[in-house]
Amino acid sequence: MTMISEEHKKEKLGFEETELRLGLPGGGGIFNEDLVKNTNANGKRWYTETVDLKLNFALKETEKGENLQKEKSLISCSNDSVKPPPKAQVVGWPPVRSFRKNIMAVQKSSSEEGGGGAATFVKVSTDGAPYLRKVDLNMYKSYQDLYCALGKLFTMGKCDSQGMMDFMNESTLMDLLNGSDFVPTYEDKDGDWMLVGDVPWKMFVGSCKRLRIMKGTEAIGLAPRAMEKCKNRS
Amino acid sequence: MAQSFPEDVLEHVFSFLNHDRDRNAVSLVCKSWYDIERLSRRRIFIGNCYAVSPEIVIRRFPDVRAVELKGKPHFADFNLVPEGWGGYVYPWVVSMAGAYPWLEEIKLKRMVVTDENLELISKSFKNFTVLVLLSCEGFTTDGLAYIAANCRNLRELDLGESEVEDLSGHWLSHFPDNCTSLVSLNISCLGSEVSFSALERLVARCPNLKTLRLNRAVPLEKLPNLLCRAPQLVELGTGAYSAEIQSDIFSNLSEAFLGCKQLKGLSGFWDVVPAYLPAMYSVCSQITSLNLSYATAQNPDLVQFVSQCGNLQRLWVLDYIEDVGLEALAAACKDLQELRVFPSDPYDAEGNVTLTEQGLVAVSEGCPKLQSVLYFCRQMSNAALVAIARNRPNMIRFRLCIIEPRAPDYLTLEPLDAGFGAIVENCKELLRLSMSGLLTDRVFEYIGTHAKKLEMLSIAFAGDSDLGLHHVLSGCESLRKLEIRDCPFGDKALLANATKLETMRSLWMSSCSVSFGACKLLGQKMPRLNVEVINERGPPDSGPEDCPVEKLYVYRTIAGPRVDMPGFVWTMDERVSSRFSRATEGHGD
Repeated sequence: MTMISEEHKKEKLGFEETELRLGLPGGGGIFNEDLVKNTNANGKRWYTETVDLKLNFALKETEKGENLQKEKSLISCSNDSVKPPPKAQVVGWPPVRSFRKNIMAVQKSSSEEGGGGAATFVKVSTDGAPYLRKVDLNMYKSYQDLYCALGKLFTMGKCDSQGMMDFMNESTLMDLLNGSDFVPTYEDKDGDWMLVGDVPWKMFVGSCKRLRIMKGTEAIGLAPRAMEKCKNRS
Repeated sequence: MAQSFPEDVLEHVFSFLNHDRDRNAVSLVCKSWYDIERLSRRRIFIGNCYAVSPEIVIRRFPDVRAVELKGKPHFADFNLVPEGWGGYVYPWVVSMAGAYPWLEEIKLKRMVVTDENLELISKSFKNFTVLVLLSCEGFTTDGLAYIAANCRNLRELDLGESEVEDLSGHWLSHFPDNCTSLVSLNISCLGSEVSFSALERLVARCPNLKTLRLNRAVPLEKLPNLLCRAPQLVELGTGAYSAEIQSDIFSNLSEAFLGCKQLKGLSGFWDVVPAYLPAMYSVCSQITSLNLSYATAQNPDLVQFVSQCGNLQRLWVLDYIEDVGLEALAAACKDLQELRVFPSDPYDAEGNVTLTEQGLVAVSEGCPKLQSVLYFCRQMSNAALVAIARNRPNMIRFRLCIIEPRAPDYLTLEPLDAGFGAIVENCKELLRLSMSGLLTDRVFEYIGTHAKKLEMLSIAFAGDSDLGLHHVLSGCESLRKLEIRDCPFGDKALLANATKLETMRSLWMSSCSVSFGACKLLGQKMPRLNVEVINERGPPDSGPEDCPVEKLYVYRTIAGPRVDMPGFVWTMDERVSSRFSRATEGHGD
């Protein structure tokens, strides 16, 4: 058996594994720390050594602007009169059961108190990926955040900075890369499947029951319905 | 001589033994006692559904009437176990349907149950009376319809805090008109409205109904209708406890509660409107168990209400109670045994309530019978913990969650080792401990030295090195369940204490420093353990051997490696053909 000295171990591991786990079950930190690390000078993000599914989304101009503003304030924290941003949430901490978190979320939203606390867990499935995930929509402030997270969820990760490891076999992987772009869709409270991104973020969080990342070809029929539904509502 | 007793005499004697431990002891005396015992055992508790297989259970115990099973690890409650991990009740139900036609009770915790399973249950067991599903998932209200319709003598249906896909409330109407057997009904986790008239009629025709926990959709104005038809209720879970302020609603409610002379337990209180709390004043002095943990009422309404309940033994409440409320509790409720204080806003780093360590200290001083605590707060000190330990050497369960990970003693900025050390040293009967705050290896030394009765330990963001884990594994003689997250514990302590793991039910370690190589070695050396690695990012062997695994779940078993593992769970069992890309790595470099 390989005898690994404590020192060597520490170097190799760098204690990253023992740091606060930010973000989603299974890893993939996406919050403040990562924003800082992976953001270049003009506020755009890049992905290092990962292959991301091209998530097809349409961000309205205003939202894009909002998101950039938020990113800047998270990074610079220059505005002292504003309350500091809430700390990045660690998965499963504090240890409050999802059941309880969801109940409190429902009660809070119905009493119209300031949100930004309790959890809204929804299942996420991706066509072609072998298993489901759950994400807490309240952990994100915008569609941008959500796409970033989804991209990392279903992306090849890396271990110990030594090359890639693929959890899908080669043919599935090639399908993903060569096939049409993936489109995030969601099931709303009425049971309809809609394109993600059409409604204001908060409304989306309130009405999303489940997420599904579809192959682009399958999502073609959705766009007109989503628009119609919005029109009917307003 | 034992051999000269006729079998039926022995069987009669054994029938007085209800506790598993006693029956297990008896079965070891000699072969004939083993056989008599196994044929007469009627109740089985299986703390880990993967520790044994249905076939093995049925072979040994051919005539069981009540089965209790637990599936997923406890940390699944906090979203640390990925979806699809396992815990399916399916193989158990299928086997028992054939082998135990007289089965009466099924109790499940953290298991995956489907509508098909529920249908099978409802049709396979003619005498089925008790179904308890705690923190389960995978079924819909359609499955409940089968249970309601087919279980003629159903006494207990408890859905706990399960995740039920709510298709409609219509299932309740499937209880036939001649069903009068219900004793306990808990549907509090369901979202959609059941037919109120069906519910009313059901309640009216079940004279033995003792426990009724409604769901949020049952409006407050209608509660009196139910209470009048079930004045014998012992435990009530209200629906939404809110309505427009109308004097007739209030007076109806008060009158209805006046009639509930047997009421001892109250829960529910969704969306509570404090003005309606006094409607229950007539029963407050009877109440021994009060669950206000979903009630967003604040002081003074909250403390006023709680102070009325002088005979309280168990209180679950949100941190809206604050220190001042806990001080009042300590003064008024001298019989208090269990206190749970949940955070109203777990993600707010600062908190908007004045709930500190003072509240807990006050209760520990004022309530001599306090033995079970779950407390979420934002600051703690060694002095407070020492005081609590000295006040309450009778403490049995102590779970403290300081919301900020690694928070030190807020007065001295030191680790909380001394405080938790005092807890384990003074509370000699401590069975369960959850720790938080800044903790070094030293606290584990105290635990290993003193916590000799400790059965379950939960650790997060604590310790400095393997020495911490080693203290626990080598010192805690009674340890059954150990769950660890985000601690710098690695291979050494785990491998050095491998045999200890066979004396425990399970070990969970996530975001620690256990290497893949060590997991493999553990799996090799310990064939009676299932060593399962959970790696969502990909196969654990894609990186080097010393790469840490994401999550590790080790449990003793006589059923061998499980066959229902999803793609992200890898067993370290050598005998299972490897899915690893690299075939045989040298065992030494």
